[in-house]
Amino acid sequence: MTHISVEVNGKTYERDVDPRLLLVHFLREELELTGTNIGCETSLCGACTIHMDGKTVKSCTQLAVQADGSSITTIEGLSTDGKLHPLQEAFWEKHGLQCGYCTPGMIMAACGLLEDNPDPSEQQIRHGLKGNLCRCTGYHNIVKAVQYAAELMRAGNPEGGK
Amino acid sequence: MARVFGSSIKRREDPSLITGAGQYTDDLKLPNMAYAAIVRSPHAHARIRSIDTSKATALDGVTAVFTGEDIKKSGTPGVVPVGWLLPDMKIPPHPVLASETVRYVGDAVAVVLAEDRYRAQDAVDLVEVDYDPLAVVTNPAKTVEEGAPQLHAEAANNIAFDWELGDKTKTDEAFPKAAHVLKVNIRNNRLIPQAIEPRAALASYDDSKGQLTVWMTSQNPHIHRLLMSLASLGLPEHKIRVIAPEVGGGFGSKIHHYPDEVIACWCSMQLHRPVKWTATRTEANLTDTHGRDHVTEAEMALDENGRILGLRVKTYANMGAYLSTFGPLVPTYLHGTLLSGEYDIPAIYCNVIGTFTNTTPVDTVRGAGRPEATFIIERLMDLAAEELGLDPVEIRRRNFISPDAFPYQTQVALQYDSGNYGPALDRALEMVNYKNLRAEQERRRGEGGKLLGVGLSTYIEACGLAPSAVVGSLGAQAGQWESGEVRVHPTGTVTVYTGSSAHGQGHHTTFAQIVADRLGIDADNVEVIHGDTDQVPFGWGTYGSRSAAVGGSAIAVSADKVIEKGRQIAAHLLEASEEDVVFEEGKFFVRGAPDKSQTLNDIALQAHLAHNLPPGVEPGLSATSFYDPANFTFPFGTHIAVLEVDPETGEVKLLRYVAVDDVGNVINPMIVDGQIHGGIAHGIAQALWEEAIYDGNGQLLTGELLDYAVPKPHMLVSFELDRTVTPCPHNPLGVKGVGETGTIASPAAVVNAVVDALKSYGIKHLDMPLTPEKIWRAIHQSGRS
Repeated sequence: MTHISVEVNGKTYERDVDPRLLLVHFLREELELTGTNIGCETSLCGACTIHMDGKTVKSCTQLAVQADGSSITTIEGLSTDGKLHPLQEAFWEKHGLQCGYCTPGMIMAACGLLEDNPDPSEQQIRHGLKGNLCRCTGYHNIVKAVQYAAELMRAGNPEGGK
Repeated sequence: MARVFGSSIKRREDPSLITGAGQYTDDLKLPNMAYAAIVRSPHAHARIRSIDTSKATALDGVTAVFTGEDIKKSGTPGVVPVGWLLPDMKIPPHPVLASETVRYVGDAVAVVLAEDRYRAQDAVDLVEVDYDPLAVVTNPAKTVEEGAPQLHAEAANNIAFDWELGDKTKTDEAFPKAAHVLKVNIRNNRLIPQAIEPRAALASYDDSKGQLTVWMTSQNPHIHRLLMSLASLGLPEHKIRVIAPEVGGGFGSKIHHYPDEVIACWCSMQLHRPVKWTATRTEANLTDTHGRDHVTEAEMALDENGRILGLRVKTYANMGAYLSTFGPLVPTYLHGTLLSGEYDIPAIYCNVIGTFTNTTPVDTVRGAGRPEATFIIERLMDLAAEELGLDPVEIRRRNFISPDAFPYQTQVALQYDSGNYGPALDRALEMVNYKNLRAEQERRRGEGGKLLGVGLSTYIEACGLAPSAVVGSLGAQAGQWESGEVRVHPTGTVTVYTGSSAHGQGHHTTFAQIVADRLGIDADNVEVIHGDTDQVPFGWGTYGSRSAAVGGSAIAVSADKVIEKGRQIAAHLLEASEEDVVFEEGKFFVRGAPDKSQTLNDIALQAHLAHNLPPGVEPGLSATSFYDPANFTFPFGTHIAVLEVDPETGEVKLLRYVAVDDVGNVINPMIVDGQIHGGIAHGIAQALWEEAIYDGNGQLLTGELLDYAVPKPHMLVSFELDRTVTPCPHNPLGVKGVGETGTIASPAAVVNAVVDALKSYGIKHLDMPLTPEKIWRAIHQSGRS
């Protein structure tokens, strides 16, 4: 067992973990943050996307021990003071989700995308999200949602960005 | 007041899903839960000599290892059944754990239970199975050839069924007198459904009550309970509770009754503790039922004016290694019956041979049979247009069923209740600016460089299979009605219980809209419950685009019954006769005297207090309906794909995709459009990218998302949608179905567009998926490159 200390959604957790424990299982099973989903275990579907020290990361191919000392945000930590993040608001408003399984990862990836590029074109959004698969929406409304979120955030929505 | 029926209200499902609070099966944990992992065959066909579980059992943290022999010893049936019977169909047994022969890579042979999922996986690697490999066959047509390896003693020549539909003699007679005969050989590519949530089950058996509760990734919990009881576990049905929590997409794959979920339940019964099993992506791809995989020869006869005289189709349909729950239905009654398309065809004959191969069982994937049929007829229409020198639009118009011909009896059993195909086609042509596109295409052909292609698909869908007596006579071991209960509480708020079971379709929202609209109340005062066999009276579930038309109609009928009872009570309270009491916007009043009214809330309270009810009226205000539709519903429309092909590389670039669909009345336009988007993407993916490929040894070469090309965002475009509205004449909502239209229409539109782009090379047909390599080779083999 290896001792790790990780800050997740603003709270610090100290745990002894099996060195082979995947970060996504640490989040889901140890911390019971089940919003981060697993679709493929190989980094291809993106359902497990989180933020780690400001970077967009697929938590199914990181070990929990690699997260030692880092600061992590999951979908559960995205809204603040009970107010939805503009991306959450936008996915709701524009019907950017159906079954919702890819959604936490998709929103986390989109969040990273908008930090890098606050005013992306449709093509930039499509390319920016190509690490995340959705089987329900054909991405049509996901693109619309990200565009709308970008608008909200640029309009100086007080909760815009991280 | 704007009607809530027909408005794009935001989904009430979303707040929990966008914040990570939604609970899917694998999110659930129970105290003292064991984790199951399944040992699967690495061989596509082999005899099992022996299974040695000793090393696995000895591993620290392993609770138990079970094989098929253990299930036999327990006295549990331990098989999964088939739910659709065709005449003379061969039904080999399908044990949940194979103990003598494995028949596809992924066939389950043992199960390990451990204290955590890592340990369970470790132990899987320690189970030693001694296999004696056998010869393998994977192709649905070659499997019937002499000398092919035989999968089941019950099925000579690997034939499960040999089925026909239509008038063979009349069809054969149409060909010799035809001015034109077009023929096409089609390999409809095999698909893997790829719901992003892998299948999972959490089973908990309570010994003291003899009660099993199972949370599982299900599109139809009551069907799973029924089959668990009847065929797999031998537990009485009332002692099984199946719950579908949030379900992360299905696309047909979560309809079926699989071995794995049965194994989890059986293990919980043995260990007297909860057991969870969750598929990995590789397991999902090996064991979720696959779709399509047809080898087809189709011929169309036409007169000199391009009028169709006859259509003849012969298909070998891959059933995989065993018959899955609705496997036999898909290539027969969901395929043969759709072969008339939107056209008036005087003679059709279809022969389908369902065959066993050493591959994963094949069953429904979004569209299920109907995309295959649509592809055949829409490809033949383009080939005919080319042969006759007609525009693809013109040949379709010449053959459309006339709007005044409905109800229209096809030659393949279905009676289309309504339709008006011209306006959808007109609108789609207008949206793409068809004339300009053709001019642009000509211009580009002269210039060289990238080639422009325009492809049409004027499709019909049959969904909401019904009525039950008819589907029963065709072989269904299921009813196809739906239940819906509308329960009005004393304060006037409402809970709806539906047998439909959503996994992304938004029933909580849409069904609340139906009830709110009928009862004249705020949609926020309506809660919708589904996906739990202990809460919902009964349900056949969500698939085949049936939820709105069948499940929604059941709810509408129940709401109407509530109103009728409310009218009785209101008449009594208003001291008027029932006939004089009207119900508008949530209020009962005597016609002409709206000032003195009783609201639904008032009536609900009175109904529950029961202090002053009319004689003979029972207390309470709720109604349950079991709605069995009079017929299928028949959505239709026109899809047009515009794309360019780079003749240097064979690459296809989608430029535009226009879809004009007629799904009848629309309850929530935003949700309906979303369903169409997803369907189109799925169908485009079949046309261009997706294919499950087996090698000669029956190894699935596309078992991971790295090899199986589910489309990514940058591979698709934004879709341009519009609709016409021809209400369904036989259900109370006038709705049809929308979940599969996109998947049914789009493969043909895309392939027709690519073939159109390649016209100058003399290429008549290419099998999906149209990868750059396939197109490049076709160009180079054409002799005109």
